[in-house]
Amino acid sequence: MSDKHVKRVDLIFEKVECRDILKEIMNIEADAICQEVLDSDLKGRGGAGFPTGMKWRFASQEKDPIKYIVCNADEGEPGTFKDREILDQVPGKVFCGMAIAAKAVGAKYGYVYLRGEYKFLIPMLNEELAKFHQIMDEFNHNFRIEIRLGSGAYICGEESALFESIEGKRGEPRNKPPYPTTSGLFGKPTVINNVETLVHSVMIMKYGAAHFKELGTKDSRGSKVFSVSGDTPKAGIFELELGMSVNEFVEEFGDGDTKAVQVGGASGFCVPRKRFEETIIGFEGVPTGGSMKLFNSTRSMYNVLHNYLDFFTEESCGQCTPCRVGCQQLLKGVEAVKRGEKNSKYLDELVKLAKTMKRASKCGLGQSVGNAFGSIVENFTEEIIY
Amino acid sequence: METIIENELVKDLANKHGRTRESLIPILQDLVVRNRFLSKQDMVDVARELDISAADVFGTATFYTFLDTEVRGKYIIRICKTISCAMKGKNDILSTIEDILKIKLGETSSDRKFSLLEANCIGWCHKAPAMLINDTPYTELTPEKVTEVLRDYIRK
Repeated sequence: MSDKHVKRVDLIFEKVECRDILKEIMNIEADAICQEVLDSDLKGRGGAGFPTGMKWRFASQEKDPIKYIVCNADEGEPGTFKDREILDQVPGKVFCGMAIAAKAVGAKYGYVYLRGEYKFLIPMLNEELAKFHQIMDEFNHNFRIEIRLGSGAYICGEESALFESIEGKRGEPRNKPPYPTTSGLFGKPTVINNVETLVHSVMIMKYGAAHFKELGTKDSRGSKVFSVSGDTPKAGIFELELGMSVNEFVEEFGDGDTKAVQVGGASGFCVPRKRFEETIIGFEGVPTGGSMKLFNSTRSMYNVLHNYLDFFTEESCGQCTPCRVGCQQLLKGVEAVKRGEKNSKYLDELVKLAKTMKRASKCGLGQSVGNAFGSIVENFTEEIIY
Repeated sequence: METIIENELVKDLANKHGRTRESLIPILQDLVVRNRFLSKQDMVDVARELDISAADVFGTATFYTFLDTEVRGKYIIRICKTISCAMKGKNDILSTIEDILKIKLGETSSDRKFSLLEANCIGWCHKAPAMLINDTPYTELTPEKVTEVLRDYIRK
């Protein structure tokens, strides 16, 4: 038995008075805000893990008088549902985080891009937004937020596709560079942060960077909100300290028969039982935007893989060939192997194709299909073939 | 000369959201709220109102799953088919609904009251299986529970 335990944290959902926090922050120099967030080593909580403080500093150094703050609430990764809970429980803190970012980079306008599946939250969010705007007026701070809705496209969670969508176009990712901090929404310097990241920035400004760094590891500071689902008696949303091993996670959340954990959703990695002990959940091991799916021994990993490939085939925007055709061929390929029309060697070809997609696809969608594909095929080859 | 019939709804929505390109999706979303889908005529009218090409409107609409361009019912049922829901009995829920509404997946009832569709992950994996009816999520579904839910909608 491991002597370490999964540590529960209560920072994200802690109820705080946003007015008090904002009152203080409006008197802090923009650069000092960037520095505090930089010092905290906070990394983006949407999955990619870019240092938040660096994003803010880059945008703050841009000379353009028009800049935007965008909150990415297009939570579409299979197995992720924590941002909905954060928006539902502490919406004021999300807006507060956007105001802090706005102050740090000198932005006057912000957007929340909420996935269409969460439209039912809109009436409540609009009420909270009205209260937030009142606070902004009270402090004579010129910052306004508008909520925009997605319409059922997973790819719009990709930052540049999200900008395209707000601009009224097809949600097709752009080439990078330029990065959003130089040319983002409407071609203007833009900070785009995940819902949870913004709330973390509020707590960092409230309690200080040092407090935030007390939790986690060197590469993965702080805590993270996890969305736990699949074969578990404790499905739900949990804020946990980063840096635990998959084994520790499974001891806490497994049903006693866990054979694999999919960390990071369909675009993440499948960790088999034999690697539970050595695999760290965090940026030094398997990174995650929060999605943790447990599978027990009754589950066919072929079905899991097939489900993910079906998902990607539908959600690929179709713009670049490696992703559009690659997703289709991977799906057809595993079906052919399963039916016995192709022999097991063909799986090696498919793994090569997934690697090509990683190198040649334009955005994170096509680049990460190979994560789940490679890790499931490698660890559960027999289940894919027979 | 072709006479242009004023589309009051499209005009109202353009007045509300604006006539720039960034107004396009909010306008299309509101049209879907009103009519449950986007007709060809509505898309042409939106293009005229915003002074952009109809191809741009059609191209944008067809990119987004929720901006339907096919006739849909008053109540659109979207059952989540992604892994957690698939593992927790999504197929039983689907066949229960098919039996009750006498339509198959992808179809719309002849009275245009219901459409039955699947969706990719709708974000309720911890309470799977789940579905949306228009904007309202229903979770932890069982055949009994979904029968109950549908009974209310059938009466509406």
